Amino acid sequence: MRPYLAAVVLILLAGSALAIDTEAAFPDPVLQGRYEQLIRELRCVQCQNQSIADSPVGLASDLRREVRELIAQGESDAQIKRFMTDRYGDFVLYDPPLTPRTYLLWAAPVLLLLLTLGIAGRVIVRRSRAPPDGDDGEGA
Amino acid sequence: MWRYLLPATAVLALGGLLAFALLRIGAGKLDVHEIKSPLIGRSAPSFNLPSVTDPTQRIDSHALAGHAYVLNVWGTWCAACREEHEALLAISHTGGVPLVGIDWRDEPELAVRYLAELGNPYQQVASDADGRAAIDWGVYGAPETFLVSAQGTVLAKHIGPLSEAVWREKFVPLLPVGLGR
Repeated sequence: MRPYLAAVVLILLAGSALAIDTEAAFPDPVLQGRYEQLIRELRCVQCQNQSIADSPVGLASDLRREVRELIAQGESDAQIKRFMTDRYGDFVLYDPPLTPRTYLLWAAPVLLLLLTLGIAGRVIVRRSRAPPDGDDGEGA
Repeated sequence: MWRYLLPATAVLALGGLLAFALLRIGAGKLDVHEIKSPLIGRSAPSFNLPSVTDPTQRIDSHALAGHAYVLNVWGTWCAACREEHEALLAISHTGGVPLVGIDWRDEPELAVRYLAELGNPYQQVASDADGRAAIDWGVYGAPETFLVSAQGTVLAKHIGPLSEAVWREKFVPLLPVGLGR
């Protein structure tokens, strides 16, 4: 059992070896936590399907440096995100803000759920009213 | 009747949307990776960077105020930049609008060699070795080209290689009459 356990622990730890930054940016764990959180929430606009925490391209490392410096200057998370959206637009955020342009995006899950529930409800009502083995027109 | 009509309409509508988008992508009118710049209509970000050709000189964006200019972000490492180089040279000869280059994440020596070899379309070339100015301009992939008005407002941005056709369609109509032709 022991070797398996060791293997599992090693595999679980391997993830941290994939991080781009080799050492902590801040000695203060609170600042380091904010830094790691922020770079996960910012999209690498050059590669577009990676966060700047995961991307090896030069622009992502420039943007990580920018985040580090802004944190060190005492900027808030909201101010740092604003810095990014002023330059790259809302697309740079993995969590799109609620604006008139994104109302439909945010409402879509609820709308789809209501639509699905509505259809399911209709089908259930119709089936339960149909005679047990009569032809209810569903072909089933 | 509804049972067939409703799903059929939904499928046709979705298919139509898909076909429309694919045709626009095919015609080069829609680029799904293009990010609309929030800078359009706002004042151009300022920069103060060393000149590529003479590191003792600095290029300051405030000195560019008063006349329209084109800002082109490029690098010697950028293959698509070679592709647009002929167009840049042509525009620099006939455009009547100065081209300002930002050499992004690059070494000035390489840039000097590149321009000596292919010709220099730029009135001035600034070296943005650490990429800070490019971030202020929201640059995410070279080449990117901006048009800035005499009042210092960003009028347009083109992402990807510039061509004379793109220049005529996208940039010239925004310039004062007589410029850019």
